[in-house]
Amino acid sequence: MPTVWIPPLWRDKLTGGQETVEVSGSTVREIVVELETQFPGIQKRLVDDEEDRIRRTIAVAVDGEMSREGMRKKVGTASEVHFLPAMSGG
Amino acid sequence: MVSSHGEIRDYGDKKYKVIGTRPIRHDGTDKVTGRAVYGGDVQLPGLLYGQVLRSPHGHARIKSIDTTKAEALEGVRAVVTGLGDLPLTEGDETVDLGEGPAKLKYMRDNVLATDKVLYRGHAVAGVAATSLHIAEEALGLIDVEYEVLPSYTNVLDAMKKDAVLLHEDLTTEEFGDNTGTKSNIASHNQDKLGDISKGFDEAEFVAEYEVNTATVHQGYIEPHNGTASWSLDGNLTIWTSTQGSFTARGQLGAVLDVPVQKVKVVPQEIGGGFGGKIPIYLEPVAALLSRKTGHPVKIIMTRADCFEGTGPTPGSYVRVKMGADKNGKLTAAEAYIAFEAGGFPGSPVFAAAMCVFSCYDIPNCLVDSFDVVTNKPRSFAYRAPGSTHVAFATEKVMDDLAAQLAKDPVEFRLQNIAVEGTRRSDGVVYPRIGAKECLEVVRDHVHYKSPLQGPNRGRGVALGYWFNIGFKSAVTATVNNDGSINLVEGSTDIGGSRTSISMQFAETLGIRAEDINPQVVDTNSIGFTDVTGGSRVTYATGWAAHDAAIDVKNKMLDRAAILWEVDISEVDYENGVFRTKDGAKRLTFEQLSEKLGETGGPVIGAASVDPNAGVGGSFSANIVDVEVDPETGKVSILRFTAIQDAGKAIHPSYVEGQMQGGSVQGIGWALNEEYFYTEGGTMANSTFLDYRIPTALDLPMIDTVIVEVPNPGHPFGVRGVGEANIAPPPAAISAAITDATGVQLCDLPMRPDRIVSAIKDKRDSDSLAAG
Repeated sequence: MPTVWIPPLWRDKLTGGQETVEVSGSTVREIVVELETQFPGIQKRLVDDEEDRIRRTIAVAVDGEMSREGMRKKVGTASEVHFLPAMSGG
Repeated sequence: MVSSHGEIRDYGDKKYKVIGTRPIRHDGTDKVTGRAVYGGDVQLPGLLYGQVLRSPHGHARIKSIDTTKAEALEGVRAVVTGLGDLPLTEGDETVDLGEGPAKLKYMRDNVLATDKVLYRGHAVAGVAATSLHIAEEALGLIDVEYEVLPSYTNVLDAMKKDAVLLHEDLTTEEFGDNTGTKSNIASHNQDKLGDISKGFDEAEFVAEYEVNTATVHQGYIEPHNGTASWSLDGNLTIWTSTQGSFTARGQLGAVLDVPVQKVKVVPQEIGGGFGGKIPIYLEPVAALLSRKTGHPVKIIMTRADCFEGTGPTPGSYVRVKMGADKNGKLTAAEAYIAFEAGGFPGSPVFAAAMCVFSCYDIPNCLVDSFDVVTNKPRSFAYRAPGSTHVAFATEKVMDDLAAQLAKDPVEFRLQNIAVEGTRRSDGVVYPRIGAKECLEVVRDHVHYKSPLQGPNRGRGVALGYWFNIGFKSAVTATVNNDGSINLVEGSTDIGGSRTSISMQFAETLGIRAEDINPQVVDTNSIGFTDVTGGSRVTYATGWAAHDAAIDVKNKMLDRAAILWEVDISEVDYENGVFRTKDGAKRLTFEQLSEKLGETGGPVIGAASVDPNAGVGGSFSANIVDVEVDPETGKVSILRFTAIQDAGKAIHPSYVEGQMQGGSVQGIGWALNEEYFYTEGGTMANSTFLDYRIPTALDLPMIDTVIVEVPNPGHPFGVRGVGEANIAPPPAAISAAITDATGVQLCDLPMRPDRIVSAIKDKRDSDSLAAG
């Protein structure tokens, strides 16, 4: 199953301090849904419901690569998923 | 290979014909002969001249603005204010400009203040007049009544619980969670890896440093400018110096509440940006004045306006602690990073947090980062935003640990260097990177091995990192009947990107770079293209050019098949020549181009990209020798070598130019540059006379070594090179000063007075110890 790295400031609030969790899913969308069943409250932190997309302040990285596909991004069974601050450059 | 220019170390195995050569830049002649058109050159019928009134206070409530006298002055055509002329903002409305959300009220208030001024230089009103001098005179007739409030120009002061709030409704967010706590701390984030307590328990050696870095401006030579023409049919045209015409269009649409299809941004040649010309300042003011007067209006900033009214890189407080075991393996690293966002939230502190330990393999990390509003101009990006600040602290700690371990500083870094598979402090695992190769170049370089002779001389090394970005780019290409190509793109050309993009197109198509005619066009003439920033243009727009060239090639193959009355599968194309597979028929690209009229008309190729993966980060290392005058504190740079992983250098001269430019800016940041504030929050050095950037007379030749560890995520292996080079210079220079004098400088800039003071303190301390 894919491994999701929980943002550190959410670990105590949502996952009992767990750094990573394994959840089923083949896309970021499916993973978010599964995360919500295990850790209620995480979906509203990650997803802008009105726009049905990952919040604009948050970037998704799958297997070390920042993705622009957000919820649609495919995830492999051995993938790592990170939620990080969005950033650009100068 | 050692060229007549800088050195190149190629770790790839691909050979190219165009890539890696050094053709003359397509825009070079116009630029060196003064024919290139910059924003300040724009002339239009009926043009009026604008000026902006700016706050004399660091923090004040606006009680009233009376423009009556200014409007009555002969020659004045209009006066605009935030409250009177900008659209009203509803609640917490946000807009997305492709680089994350922005709070609309903050954007509008930074263009023209409404209820409060948050920094000296904050724009308050705009005037349009028939001459610049009349507009200037009118500014003095605008009567603004202020209620002056306490101001903060230091991040730690602004963070105090009893600090006066800059924004009464601002509450601290923690990675999207609103804590509900009212504070000048706009947001806090944390990166955590492993077990920090366990890591320090395992450490035999520990070092910790606190550093402060001053607010520093990008220092682009061309000041901000903008000309607006708002026609009666509601269409707004803006001519401006910008790093991103589409991003400027988006900001203008949001600030003015106008649909983007009504806004056309015409990017002019740009005299430097370095991140500072991504946001807009003057353009909406010129637009409002144009709408009010019915005339085009041009505004150009003075240098003082640029310093006081635009976004520099933030000042910061950074504390870093690291530990290593008895063998020299890093076991733990902890950082506390606070950035001065300026008047509105949004500093690059979270990028800094992701960079602070990015060069090394450390199993246990804890990084807390804070974005804090202060009474300074709203900070914006500056080359590798945030990375220089934290490299200054981290590399000090690395040198200290190396000294404790009695190890060579480069060998100690190599022992702990991040490689493919290393997990960063933010949890992400690196793909193929070139950090180790950069450090090996340092270790083996003749500069590092050469003896350093003479008193008061020292040598330092340092390493830095930047992520780079991908984002969206579009390219179209039309084949002319002489075989040349009109290549159209939307990336404003700051560092020779017309040529680096053309070269990738030419390489793909097997033609010469000189046969491409690249043009940077306005927002009505090309697909959406993100900013020239984030070291992305040669990477992403170059990728679009590669794909557009493939599109052209496929269409030309089809034309050859039509011409020869064979199936397209019977036609090959290689090295600029079309052939039937049996070799019976043959046409060069140029010859086939002559026959497009008889095979279906013009061939136009097009491509757009939004690289979803494969953005290769870049590492940069420096070796620097200095001489310090202990009596005056003057630091002379004797020798400076910059090493950077470029992935693949498309045009090596422009890569070297980026490396040298970033190094020079880093040297300025290290030794001279700072916003010097008086107690009342006034910047005391808002001219280039007093804000001293390095000149050619201050510097030796910056030697370069381009390291080419190809990025597997790009057709030609490109990594962006525009930013990482500014990260290591202050740290390397600091190490060299320490080597020369024995004193540690923990505040940037390392001014002469600070050096003299530190040397005196050391002498006093040494005398006391000697009894």
